[in-house]
Formats: sequence, structure tokens, C-alpha cells
Amino acid sequence: MTDASMDNAAEGARRTISLYADDDLTRKRNAAEKRFQAYGIAAIAAGLFFLIVLLVSIVGSGVGAFQQTFITVPVYLDEAKLDKNGNRDVEDIKKVSTFGYNPLIEQAVFDKVTENGIATPLAKRGDMKALLSASAAAQVRDTVIANPDLIGQTVEFRILASSRVDGYLKGRVKREDVERDKNIDAEHLDLVDAFVASGVIQKQFNVDFILGADASESRPEQAGIGVAMLGSFFMMIVVLLLSLPIGVAASIYLEEFAPQNRWTDMIEVNISNLAAVPSIVFGILGLAVFIQFAHLPQSAPLVGGLVLTLMTLPTIIISTRASLKAVPPSIRDAALGVGASKMQAVFHHVLPLAMPGILTGTIIGLAQALGETAPLLLIGMVGYIATNYPGGIAEGFLSPNSAMPAQIYEWAKRADPAYYERAWGGIIILLVFLLTMNIIAIILRRRFERRW
Amino acid sequence: MKFAKLTASTLAIASVASVAAARDNVQVAGSSTVLPYASIVAEAFGENFDFPTPVVESGGSSAGLKRFCQGVGTEHTDIANASRAIRESEIAACAENGVTDIIEVRIGYDGIVFASQLNGPAYTAFTQADLFNALAPKVMVDGALVDNPHTKWSDFNADLPAEDILAFIPGTKHGTREVFEEKVIAVGCEETGAMAAMIAGGMSEDDAEDACLAVMSDGRAVDIDGDYTETLASIDANANGIGVFGLAFYENNTDKLKVATMAGVAPSTETISTGEYPVSRPLYFYVKKAHIGVIPGLKEYAEFFVSDEIAGPDGPLAAYGLVSDPELAATQQMIADEQVMGEGM
Repeated sequence: MTDASMDNAAEGARRTISLYADDDLTRKRNAAEKRFQAYGIAAIAAGLFFLIVLLVSIVGSGVGAFQQTFITVPVYLDEAKLDKNGNRDVEDIKKVSTFGYNPLIEQAVFDKVTENGIATPLAKRGDMKALLSASAAAQVRDTVIANPDLIGQTVEFRILASSRVDGYLKGRVKREDVERDKNIDAEHLDLVDAFVASGVIQKQFNVDFILGADASESRPEQAGIGVAMLGSFFMMIVVLLLSLPIGVAASIYLEEFAPQNRWTDMIEVNISNLAAVPSIVFGILGLAVFIQFAHLPQSAPLVGGLVLTLMTLPTIIISTRASLKAVPPSIRDAALGVGASKMQAVFHHVLPLAMPGILTGTIIGLAQALGETAPLLLIGMVGYIATNYPGGIAEGFLSPNSAMPAQIYEWAKRADPAYYERAWGGIIILLVFLLTMNIIAIILRRRFERRW
Repeated sequence: MKFAKLTASTLAIASVASVAAARDNVQVAGSSTVLPYASIVAEAFGENFDFPTPVVESGGSSAGLKRFCQGVGTEHTDIANASRAIRESEIAACAENGVTDIIEVRIGYDGIVFASQLNGPAYTAFTQADLFNALAPKVMVDGALVDNPHTKWSDFNADLPAEDILAFIPGTKHGTREVFEEKVIAVGCEETGAMAAMIAGGMSEDDAEDACLAVMSDGRAVDIDGDYTETLASIDANANGIGVFGLAFYENNTDKLKVATMAGVAPSTETISTGEYPVSRPLYFYVKKAHIGVIPGLKEYAEFFVSDEIAGPDGPLAAYGLVSDPELAATQQMIADEQVMGEGM
């Protein structure tokens, strides 16, 4: 009834509408659509803008860590200082500590000042100390111990400059700030300028940042992320070896064999819930179960891996079940129809077809675990100074280590601003890893995925 | 799930077996204030000796001492770093677990400084009384003890800038907080006469001493539970704020911070070692004597730590900000003799 009366009422109005000119209502609807599209574009633009800001600030702050300032000087390895007996016995040479090497290196740099005719008020050998990294003496000492015959000769070394000099060349340390800095003076900076002009001091690519070990707070120029990278590597092996078989076995059972009843429903709901549990909860669980109850060693990548396995399992189970579900039932039916057992149908036909999806899920789960810091806080992997390379595979799992995100956090809270740059550099490396893993996941999916 | 349990327990058994085997590196845990110094020493130790580099972990003085006191044996730590002296209760807890012979090593002093934004208001000179007047809940005004009426620094000291009071102080879990309360707030409490007024008002001396340590919690004093980097970030964001830092941290960030004098003395390694600068504290590490001779390199590490070339006034620790101990020679002798706490002290 109402329809008919409305039609009658509208008829009179509609007749006068031109097909060529939009009426008010249409214009309104069109405008609403335009507005909605504009909102969408604005949202995407905002997202892109923040992504770009983020990437620019990360790369801008962190790219400096990949370059390091080196001083190239010929050091005269004085026999009178390094090998008093003159018999080149390694045991005797080892008795000279790094403190015995410092004067030789300072002298070498000081000679460079005279050689290049640089006019500087720094007239003492000891004044050169501010330019040099504390690691220089250890570097020269290690070379001499490995090669005692070098004593008495003049050998060219490429040694690290101190973090203040490095910061000056990178623009982090400014002239107006050094007045109150007791580690370096303006005269030193003048000298650095002169050395840069004569090529003694150079900025070069720094492999040790990627492969090296962490260093103490007094020598940020030496610190690298390499040991923490190994820690992350061993953790990821544990996660992969445990979570892939357990996760896949659990999902195959739940998806293909388990009866549909209240129990399996409850398990399903709980798996979905577990995927949303904050990762710090797994850390507490790990502390209670693996360290306090099972007495596994603290700070060990094995424990980190076990905790991250717990965290990754739900992700893997959910994605595996989704990809098992995506295999059409006709394939199962066909296999069963020609006489395959249920297990044969699953392992010969369903699982291979679901594999790309499972691998993608696993890689994404691993990438998530790689960037996780919170659970590691509680099992002692944050706050540990990763200065030792693990001695072997077993040690790699069991001896204390750090992980990449934990190392970044550790650097970010240290006093010397040079460590701040290294934290950003570490983020770049971590992002490169995550990006690579995600790209591998995408490639796997693209190449092997089948659509029905 | 059975498989998971099985795997976990096999792994557990395998690793316990291997951990029980001899350990060849020194293990250190404890104070985050001592951590930079300990890691500098550990690094140099690894370079100069054939022993592996000691493993240094942070976690706080109390946590480090707790782990230290868990027992004797290679699965327990050998050294605890602490930014305060060990407490009686901790010595008792140690003894309960069989850790009786402890060598106490004082490595030097750490200065605590008050710093603010480089280009912020002119917070250049404080006294303990200023900080007490600014932060304590009850202060003296015109000879009477009243609830703190001050909102600006200039309210009680005309030499200070007319800025709202805002201080970022270490949280209660930090050893630094204790020093801040005892060497700054409590001293200010006595100087201004607030403590005398409290006692006159009927409080017992002990209660008055406790009341003197209190700090306002109405937002003008912000507890920082994190590291000094967090305090620095807070100072960066609040031009009128002052922050409490370690001397070493300040010296690494002179491009952002300016430091204030305390009672007319500027903080530096010199003024702290002579005792002129009032706010400082000793730093320690504790060695388990039962582990000497069992863990290779333990005694050598302890001796190396306090040797003149490391902990002396020209050593790398002093360069980083540690105030070297004038009685270093006695400490060196003590380690050489393996003299434990309670003996000859």
C-alpha cells in the first residue's frame, strides 16, 4: 500500500528531472562517494608518509654506523719495549700488556704530525691518546704475538680512531660542544682536519660492525652486532626445529583426523587465544619452567629459542590449518577413492599441496620471533654483554649470548652518544633480515601456490 | 603435546649435564652502575691474559648479590658487582647457602651530579637545602614546619630561576636513590632545621630521620626507573627540569647537559676524590673465595681490576668517569692475601 502511494507522490516530481543534469540527491551521493575515496587516499598517504619518515630517520641515523674512521700509521715495534730478552719467545712477549703498547702507537701518530709538518700546540706524545681507540693496543699486541718476528720492524697498521674523532667526521661531535668535553679538545679537532687532508685519517666501510663482537662502554668504535647475530641464529634454529614439526603435526591432526566435538572446539579456541597472548607472558613462563624448574642455563639461546617456540607455535598452527583447509576436498576424496589410507591421502596429496602456505606461515612466524625482545628480558638475554664468540655448536646453544633486538636495546641505553648511532645501525641490519625473510615467503608463495 | 614434553625434558637433561662440567670463564653479575667499569676491565683482561673474557651481566646490585649468594659451585656466579655495600641480611642469606668467605673489593667512587638542559634555565648552583626545600613534603618557612608551599625555585632562594620545580630522580629500585636521599635530602633536612623541628614536635630521632628522607610525590619529583638515557630524554623534553645523573654519564653527554655545583663545588673526579663534592658513593665487587683456584682466572681478574694501570687515576676506568680510590694499594694487598670480610676489618 505504502509503496503504491509513494510511487504516486514521487511520479509528479520525477517527471521534471532531466537525464543530463544531476539532481540534488544524485549530486549528494556522488559527492559522498568522492569524499569516501578521498578519505581512503588520505589514509594511504598518511600511512606512506609515516613509513617514509620512519625509513628516512632510521637510515639517516643509522647509516653512519657502517662507516668507521681509521688511522693508518706505521708503528715501530721497539724490541727494547716488547721483547727485552731478544729471544722472540711468545711467553715473554705476552708479559707485555696492552699498556706497554700504547706509547708505541702514540709515538707513531706523533711522528706523523712531524712528518706532515702539521703545526699544532699538541707537542707531547701523550696528547695523541685522545685520537686513538683503546682497542688499538690490543690490535697491535695480537699481531705481534701471532707474528713475533715483526718485532724490530716498522709495520703499517690500520687502527680505529676514538669515537670522538669518528663523531667529529660524521658531524655528531661539534666544535662548539668540545669545550666542556674532557675527552677531546679543539686542538685535537684541528689536528684531525690536517690528518684528513693528508690522508692519514680516513672513513672506511666497517665490516666489524656487522661481524664483530660487542665492546665495553669506553670504546663504542669497536662494537659490532656479530655475536648477537649468532645468538639470534641459534635461537631461530631451535624455533624452527621445534615449532615446525610440532605445529604441523598438531594442525594435521586437528584438521584431518580429530573428531568434531567440544574438546577439539575448545582446543581450537585456545590456540586462537594463544596467538593473541602478549609475548612477555611467554617470557615469564619460560623463566618459571625452563630456568627455575628445569635449571637450563640463564641467557642461553636454547632457552630463548624454547620461549620463542611457544610464542610461534600458535601462528604456525593457524596458518598451517588454513592452508590445509584450502586444499579442495576432491583431492582427498580421489585419493581415498583409489584405495589410499587416510594417512596416505594426507601425506602424499594434501600436505605437499599445502606446503607453500605452511612454509610462508613458518617464515612469517620466525620473522616475528626474530624481532621479539620482551620475553628475552626475563630470561637474561637482555643486559648481557656479548663479547665472546661461541666456541662451537653446543656452546652456541648453551653459553650465554644476546640477540639482535636485545643488543639494539642495550646499545640505545648506553651513555656514549656513539652507541646511539650503532643502535640505529643495528635496526637497519635487523630490518634487512626481516625484509629478506618476508621476500622469501612471498617468492615461495608465488612460485608454488596452486589455485583451484 | 607428549612430544613437546619429551623434547623439553631431553633438552633439559642434556644441558644440565653439560653445565655441570667445569666452567673456564669468570661469571659476574650485578649493578648496572658498575657494569660499564666491569665490562671495560673484562675486555682488557681478555686481551691481556690467556683466560677467556669474563662474562658480565647487569640486573642491579640486589639481584646480583642474590645470585651470588645462591651457593658455591660452578653453576653460581663468582663475582657480584654492587653500587652499595653488602647488607647484613645478605651476608646471612649467603651463609645459609654455604657462601661464607667473601672478599669485599672497593674499586673507587662514583659521583652523582645534578644537570639540566644546556640552554635551559640557569640551574648552575644548588645546595642540599635547595633540593630539600623543593622536594620534601614538609619544610621550614619562617621558623615553622609547614606543608611544602613552594612551586618555583625562586620561592625559597632568590638566586635560583623563577621556574616551576621539576626534578627527575632515580626510582626506588636504584642504588642511586639511596645516595640521593641520604646525601642530599637528609642533609638539607638537617641544614634547614626541619629535622630539629620534627624532633621538637614530638617525633623520636629515628622517625625524624626517616621522615627526612621523604620526597614529594605530587608530580614535581618524577621517579625514573629506567636508565640515565631515560632521564636524559625527560630533560630534553622539559626545559625547566633537572635530572640526577652519574658523573660518567654526564661527561659523555656534555653537548646536551650542563651541570650544577653542589654547595659551591663543581663535580669532577678531583673534587670527588678529595671529598669536597659531597654527593658520591663507593662502588664494590664481591668475590667468592671458594671459587678461587676452581675457576681459572678469577683471582687474576680481581687483581687486574684494582691494579694501578686499570683503576689508578690515569687508567681507563678513571677516563670513563670512575673516581679512583686513594687507598687502592691497601685493596691490592687485600686481594693478594685473599682477605675475606670480617678479617682484620
